[in-house]
Amino acid sequence: MLLEATDIARRFPGEAGPVTVLDGVSLSLAQGETLALTGESGSGKSTLLTLLAGLDRPDRGEIRLKGTAFGPLKEPELAAIRRGRIGLVFQQFNLVPSLSVAQNIALQARLAGRHDRDWCAALAERLGLSAHLAKYPETLSGGQQQRVAVARTLAARPEVILADEPTGNLDEATGDAVLAEMLALVAETGAGLVMVTHSGRLAGKLSRRLHLARGRLA
Amino acid sequence: MIGAAAAALLSHWRRHPGQLATLVAGLALATALWTGVQAINAEARASYDRAASALEQSDLPLLVPREGDSLPLSDYVALRRAGWKVAPVIEGRLRLKDGSARLVGLDPLTAPAVPGSGTGGDPGRALLDFISPPGEIRGHPDTLAGLPAAVEGRRVATEALSPGTLVADIGTAARLLGLEGRLTRLLILEDPAQDLPPLGEVAPDLREAPPQPENDIRGLTGSFHLNLTAFGMLSFAVGLFIAHGAVGLAFEQRRGTIRTLRALGTPLSAVAALLAAEALALALAAGALGVGLGYVLASLLLPDVAATLRGLYGAPVPGSVAVRAAWWAAGLGMALLGAALASAQSFWQLRRLSVLAAMQPRAWAMAQGRGQRLMALAGLAGLAAVPAILLWGQGLAAGFAALAGLLLGAAFLLPLSLSAGLRAAERAARSALGEWVWADARQQVPGLSLALMALLLALAANIGVSTMVASFRATFEGWLDRRLAAELYLSFDSPAQAAAVLPGIDASAVLPVTRTEADLGGAPGLVYAMADDPTYRRNWPLIEAGPQVWDRLAAGGGVLVNEQWAIRAGLSPGDTVQIDGAAREVLGVYADYGNPRGQAILGLEAFRALHPEIGETRFALRLSGDPAAEAARLVAEDGLRPDQVTDRAALKAESRAVFERTFAATDALNVLTLAVAGFAIFTSLLTLQSLRLPQVAPLWALGLTRRRLALLDLARAGLLAAGTALLALPVGLALAWLLLAVVNVAAFGWRLPMQIFPADWLRLGLAALVAALLAAALPALRLARVSPARLLRVFADAR
Amino acid sequence: MPARITRRHALALMAAAATPARGQGFAGLGQDADGFALPQPDPVFRFPRDHGPHPRFRIEWWYVTANLATASGGNRGIQWTLFRSALAPEDRPGWASPQIWFAHAAMTRPDAHLVAERRARGGIGQAGVTAEPFDAWIDGWQMAGHPGADALGRLSLQARGEGWSYDLELAADGPLVFHGDGGYSVKHERGQASYYYSQPGYRVTGRLVWPEGAEEVTGQAWLDREWSSQPLDADQSGWDWFSLHLDGGDKLMVYRLRDSGDGFTPGTWIRADGRSESIPDGEIALEPLDWTRIGDRRLPTSWRIRIPSRGLVLETGPVNPRAWMATGIAYWEGPVRVTGSRSGMGYLEMTGYD
Repeated sequence: MLLEATDIARRFPGEAGPVTVLDGVSLSLAQGETLALTGESGSGKSTLLTLLAGLDRPDRGEIRLKGTAFGPLKEPELAAIRRGRIGLVFQQFNLVPSLSVAQNIALQARLAGRHDRDWCAALAERLGLSAHLAKYPETLSGGQQQRVAVARTLAARPEVILADEPTGNLDEATGDAVLAEMLALVAETGAGLVMVTHSGRLAGKLSRRLHLARGRLA
Repeated sequence: MIGAAAAALLSHWRRHPGQLATLVAGLALATALWTGVQAINAEARASYDRAASALEQSDLPLLVPREGDSLPLSDYVALRRAGWKVAPVIEGRLRLKDGSARLVGLDPLTAPAVPGSGTGGDPGRALLDFISPPGEIRGHPDTLAGLPAAVEGRRVATEALSPGTLVADIGTAARLLGLEGRLTRLLILEDPAQDLPPLGEVAPDLREAPPQPENDIRGLTGSFHLNLTAFGMLSFAVGLFIAHGAVGLAFEQRRGTIRTLRALGTPLSAVAALLAAEALALALAAGALGVGLGYVLASLLLPDVAATLRGLYGAPVPGSVAVRAAWWAAGLGMALLGAALASAQSFWQLRRLSVLAAMQPRAWAMAQGRGQRLMALAGLAGLAAVPAILLWGQGLAAGFAALAGLLLGAAFLLPLSLSAGLRAAERAARSALGEWVWADARQQVPGLSLALMALLLALAANIGVSTMVASFRATFEGWLDRRLAAELYLSFDSPAQAAAVLPGIDASAVLPVTRTEADLGGAPGLVYAMADDPTYRRNWPLIEAGPQVWDRLAAGGGVLVNEQWAIRAGLSPGDTVQIDGAAREVLGVYADYGNPRGQAILGLEAFRALHPEIGETRFALRLSGDPAAEAARLVAEDGLRPDQVTDRAALKAESRAVFERTFAATDALNVLTLAVAGFAIFTSLLTLQSLRLPQVAPLWALGLTRRRLALLDLARAGLLAAGTALLALPVGLALAWLLLAVVNVAAFGWRLPMQIFPADWLRLGLAALVAALLAAALPALRLARVSPARLLRVFADAR
Repeated sequence: MPARITRRHALALMAAAATPARGQGFAGLGQDADGFALPQPDPVFRFPRDHGPHPRFRIEWWYVTANLATASGGNRGIQWTLFRSALAPEDRPGWASPQIWFAHAAMTRPDAHLVAERRARGGIGQAGVTAEPFDAWIDGWQMAGHPGADALGRLSLQARGEGWSYDLELAADGPLVFHGDGGYSVKHERGQASYYYSQPGYRVTGRLVWPEGAEEVTGQAWLDREWSSQPLDADQSGWDWFSLHLDGGDKLMVYRLRDSGDGFTPGTWIRADGRSESIPDGEIALEPLDWTRIGDRRLPTSWRIRIPSRGLVLETGPVNPRAWMATGIAYWEGPVRVTGSRSGMGYLEMTGYD
């Protein structure tokens, strides 16, 4: 199994005592599989994604990437996994404003130490960014910025891609186009994908779908 | 990984060079002011050390004439032949092109050391050169440069001597000073053996004197340097606010980048290390720049400071700055400390930064707003500490602690006070636009607070120090007029010379000015004799007086004491003091701004009875004719040397010049501090501008022109500066009071009446306003010219 | 006594002599390049005037050494030396005087060697020499002639250091002795010379005051007078000088100027009746017998003196081998015992060993 989460629970302190955001969630993702996580706002889907990315730790349960359990790992080791084996795509794009498009695309690959100039160029070509490589993110449209974020993620050849509402900031047509390009590239690289979305329509484009409600899988 | 992360972080500066410049400039300016002051202090300190070691006379007991200013050479030879190990010294003032220098003549064969004598080379040749006519004149290059060409002697420049002191062979000095056959004093090199004939037998006209007290410069000047250091710290604090603001903003703007890097798998430790390395590099670069600037600053200020120290304390300091490791280290150290302090908050935030939290551009400003209340609490604590410090603390340190409490307390209270004021104005506003302007100004307070605090400090320091100086000046002028009531002051070589010359002068009063070193209640000081004369009765600047003070002084027994001693020992009329072990009643207390030491005045007859051995050689003369003409006549007809005759006008001019120089450096630092604060406002506004677009864009959309918006921005900057200036006024006055009533008393021993000068405040307030408007001008201009597309983007991004 | 300071030392001591003796070529004219007078052969001395200073010469001294004994026979020695050094060949009153005065005094016994030094300017009365009545002084140190007596016939001699002093009366037994050629003493083949005469035969009585207390002493003393303007030759590094009082009344003055070769070794033999004969260079052999380490220096403090032409083989040993003069110009000077073919007491001075 590529990615495996077992009996995950996560609580946060609230004004009236701890709030349970996730409660006994288990899921698994196979190589090449694409999984949609749907649910209402506050259902815990973003929190689950954070845990899967190793950005946060569950109060209970375990997450394994190809058998490697996150629990015993220290922060730098988790960071190393995030750098080299996981790709993150955000709703806010999260590009570095002071780096050019080309530099942004290369950023994670460089961080991971496996920068491949040709692969970056190919990704830029595939995502229609070749004409914008020297520009800075603020001059691009939202769709172009998210394409840069997708290219940045894929440039590092991650084993798992975790996407949080990747098209949430885009109009529908642009969103669909970006999603299609992303799914095609994920399929080509053989990575697994977990995508958080509140849209059933978009969830339908993925191979499997899990619905979260009040911290539990429905 | 590190390389890519570093490149991503550093790319921020490439895109925002102005911000980088602000950060570096702030830190560099802060370091420069601090370093400059440190350089001046280091130079002065090195100079005192040099003076002490150069003549190596300060700790040797002396033989001096019982009367007059010189002794015959034959006394020296007689003592030597009797077996006394003494060394002769001739000392006098030598006229320079500008002012005068102290010329010390030493006999290289008997003196403990002759300054400027190298250890290398041929000692015989060196001796030959030193003493062979016309003889060497050794001195600091600055001093030699001022030596008139007519003065015969081979100039030998040496850094071993402080400015203002020249050293020559005793024969050369005797010739230059016109003292052939005379000596000024003898140094006792070894205690005489018991079987040697006693002094009274060999040279009855000499007496033993303790080591020269005037060489104890360090204690006297300590307070002055503490003053300078305090100013340096203040300037550094102001600079620190700038650096803190710039670092905070840089962190804020890179918050997204940092979050992204973390999400992409850069460990927190790596990010922290990179930011720390960046801060270190910036601190070193800015520090080096600052130290360089500080050197320039010190070079510009030192001549005034040197003149002050020379004039006020007789402490020799050169007019140029040498590069010393001490202040280099101090400067860089402060830059590093400053960067560390400025970054501390950012690192704290970094630790708590949630990787996936939504990006809120205004989160920073909001966080600062929350900090306002905390800061105000700290400010209140600082202000509350002031009375406590004054009540229980003592001395100069307490004075400065109180200053720190007042200034920092006021600064910390500023943001909340401004916000409260603006909120009140907002409630009172009639129009929607007015409401927005007040609210918007209030919203700007957190972002500008550091710069405004810097402005407050600078303004308060300006008001405080200028009030202190102006009060002092007014008091000092009046004091000088009263103290220097006589028209002409004479100094004779001997009572015999006085007796020969005085009868020929047509003076309405001849008042001896005689004094002696004395033990004043356990501390060394001076006792003066005062004749019973209307001149003194009418003019002497008494602060406190008992009944019939003048009659009782003339009758003997009682004394007047100067304010310094009175304050130090808590004396008032009616108290009893010990002078050389004898109890005396205090009849009155007089103001004395000449020196920080204790002083007492005895009636002339009582003084004469107590010290019959002291001949009267100095006199104050009341003349009805022209003092300058009389002075010229005394030189031409009675053969007095020009340096023996001083008229009142010259004395007053000299005193006033000393006074003005004393505060010249203070004034300069004041102006610089204000300039730094203005720069802080400028940089804060400039960097905040990008954050402001989202707030301005809606109003633009609602139909306000960019020009109007820019003018409103300008008005808002003026408003904030005016509010700050208003708040700075009471702080500045409190500061002035602290300086006059606490710091001055502790440092110099005199308390001065505080006078207020509202015209100065108005001028300063206008200066602050102009500074703020100038600082806001460029950002406002940019706003007026911002492209509609950029304003539109605000809405696009906000979606 | 010869020019008893090495060239290097002389430079430092004499101050003025810092100017190298570039005036050799002018020797025939009687003065060097700086205007200083030079000793001339066949001198005619005039006394008492010549007991006084000769300011036109660079360097001059009044030098007394005395071998003394306590009542219980303990060996003692004292030294009293006044140097005059001229910066210019003239004198002026007051501080402007170019005449500089130095003095060394020492008091020696087997377990102690006390040294003091004085320096003074001429022209102000702090130091100086007058020929008639004879008086030589610096600070409180003094060598004064007695009124009525022959100029150097009877002297009172005083000096003091820290915690010690001496006060001696000297009475001459015999005539003055002129060294070299009638008082013209050649120091080198190249012609450097000085004026040099002695009063070698004083009887001494007086008091030495040690830090521990005073003691009465008697003995004999030797006075040297010498003046010149020329430093030693460049190749002369120092000297070893002896003045010996032999049992029976004969006296011997011998010195060796050390150079890269055999040195220059003249002497004067003085009979008990006062008649003297010069001993030319080459007749005297000096040979170190024992060495003493003082600081990082090694000094030959015991010697063998052979004068085959007179059948003399003398050995000298120091009363106190550590008689080091730690003065501005440092050297070794102290009393010695004489054994061998004749016995007696004397003084040894060694310079240039550092």
